[in-house]
Amino acid sequence: MSTGTEAHGPTAGEYIVHHLTHLNSTGHAQTAIIDWSVWNLDTLFFSIALGIVTLLLLTKAASKATSGVPGRFQAAVEILVEMVADQAKGIVHSAESRKFVAPVALTVFFWIFLMNSMDFLPVDLLPKIWALISGDEHAYLRVVPTADLNGTLGMSIGVLLICLYYNIKIKGFGGWIHELFTAPFGSHPLLYPINFLMQMIEFLAKTVSHGMRLFGNMYAGELVFMLIALMGGTATVFGFLGHIVAGSIWAVFHILIVALQAFIFMMLTLVYIGQAHESH
Amino acid sequence: MEHVLGFVALAAGLIIGLGAIGACIGIGIMGSKYLEASARQPELMNALQTKMFLLAGLIDAAFLIGVGIAMMFAFANPFKI
Repeated sequence: MSTGTEAHGPTAGEYIVHHLTHLNSTGHAQTAIIDWSVWNLDTLFFSIALGIVTLLLLTKAASKATSGVPGRFQAAVEILVEMVADQAKGIVHSAESRKFVAPVALTVFFWIFLMNSMDFLPVDLLPKIWALISGDEHAYLRVVPTADLNGTLGMSIGVLLICLYYNIKIKGFGGWIHELFTAPFGSHPLLYPINFLMQMIEFLAKTVSHGMRLFGNMYAGELVFMLIALMGGTATVFGFLGHIVAGSIWAVFHILIVALQAFIFMMLTLVYIGQAHESH
Repeated sequence: MEHVLGFVALAAGLIIGLGAIGACIGIGIMGSKYLEASARQPELMNALQTKMFLLAGLIDAAFLIGVGIAMMFAFANPFKI
């Protein structure tokens, strides 16, 4: 845990702040809350790398699939595909859209599951390796892309764009505009602004809560792992025992959260796209 | 300065505590209803289980977001002067 200054080791606060700082294109911590010129290189790298891993794994499973006795890997992927296909069938009723929507949901599930699983690596492992590679012992690195609000909001905005596409495709551009102004309260010129406002709020709330939910869960999980790591950092018998016990318990509980949040993100993606198919 | 630190500590405690109350009551009610429903109609158990986990995640999320924010207040205090 050589993340602090030379004179003394890092305090608990310094350790956590160091681990919560992104490796970004400016080279130092982001100061403004919203700054469009900053690129979080660690989030980009890990999310794209895990996206490629997802695609390779799923492609491998698909190309090696046999109709004979399936191997363990093929069976696992088949269970996953079946589960997603079932959920999609229940939520999105158009068989034509399902051809695109079900694979999207599967990819999203697998991808988010892998990104969340980066939490299971020891909190100091990859930052330490990166510090050795880059030669700067204070190098910043955050390994969980979904614990970055930019990553999760990016994905939820992607889902929003798919929703808008299907709104226009299913209802036609005119039909969609008509719905924007006449649902949910009804078609009366006095109600047009209220309806439009409600629809905008709905889109905004859906997208923001979609991204925030995943981010909040992963961020809290990451922080608790850091706190547990701090306990081991005290280098006492109590600290080491507490680290092992608390770390194991939280890791087991976190497996549930990781899978659950990936599942929820996938389900909500399906639900929102399903809503785009329903006309009022 | 001490005032700010004390208030932030209180706020972090309140965020986690109140959030935990809400989330626990919610999960408790939902769990009891799930057990009741699956005792009445065991054949619906699998279908209900998926929905229960989905809702458990949704209920849990608000609480865990609160925990995350409270932890951030505690360790990376943005109100430091």
